[in-house]
Amino acid sequence: MSIAITTQIICFTILSLVILIGALGVVLLESIVYSAFLLGGVFMSVAGLYLLLNASFVAAAQVLVYVGAVNVLIIFAIMLVNKKEDLKPINDIKSRRIISTTICLTLLSLLIRVDLTNVWSLSSPQNSIGEESTIRIGEHLFSDYLLPFEVASVLLLMAMIGAIVLARRDVMSKDISTGLPVDQELIEKSSEPLLTNKN
Amino acid sequence: MNLESIPIQAFLIVSSALFCIGIWGLLNSRNAVRVLMSIELMLNAVNINLMTFSSYVDNNLIQGQVFTIFVITVAAAEAAVGLAILLSLYRNRVTVDMESFNLLKW
Repeated sequence: MSIAITTQIICFTILSLVILIGALGVVLLESIVYSAFLLGGVFMSVAGLYLLLNASFVAAAQVLVYVGAVNVLIIFAIMLVNKKEDLKPINDIKSRRIISTTICLTLLSLLIRVDLTNVWSLSSPQNSIGEESTIRIGEHLFSDYLLPFEVASVLLLMAMIGAIVLARRDVMSKDISTGLPVDQELIEKSSEPLLTNKN
Repeated sequence: MNLESIPIQAFLIVSSALFCIGIWGLLNSRNAVRVLMSIELMLNAVNINLMTFSSYVDNNLIQGQVFTIFVITVAAAEAAVGLAILLSLYRNRVTVDMESFNLLKW
């Protein structure tokens, strides 16, 4: 990396602040739409961190896959299920909050302690290959990581078909064995249209 | 300051904090979409960790970056299937409240 160290530190500070504050916003904000857009910001900042680590290919993949696909998918899902509803109160919500917050803070302190006390055996000054990393990733994917690469393609195909089957409205119109029409009430409950009762 | 690069601990602390925020959101959200978002946050924290070690420890054979590519792939598949499950749940229950999905509860 040819950027001066001061610039690197400034970029790192800004990016990590955006990541942490954005992540807190994602889990704490009341409106789910704001959460989704903040999540996009968090993903972009994580891509910025990858650029600081001299991994331009993974940064581009992060922007394309996370911001371009996953975040858009989440926003579409919000658009489809976004109905104002009054959540039923839970009686032991306070103790749940306390327990989960304690667990998270304990885990965080444990992880930070490991980070700070462990002696990392780091190799020579970082980023010896720099821009060559894309070539190196390609070599890995087609030599020693060939099997995981192919398995990942099968996994994506399975996920695509599974998502289509799960999200389709009419699962089957005819019974395969008897040829009779399937009782659609078993598959989906009849419900009033969602758009009309919005006030 | 006479550093020659950002200390590795800084990246690790950011990723730990992001992971813990993700866990907190996973445990405390009542909206199912927010639960999926928290899972994405945790996956991103893991990715930052992998990339950091790939850059600082293994900067010649960047195997951590290959792992990150695979994690991104699996995360995309997980988001697609998760949101499809969420849509079909919503169609059956007309709610996204996590507390009302108790069909498999004993």
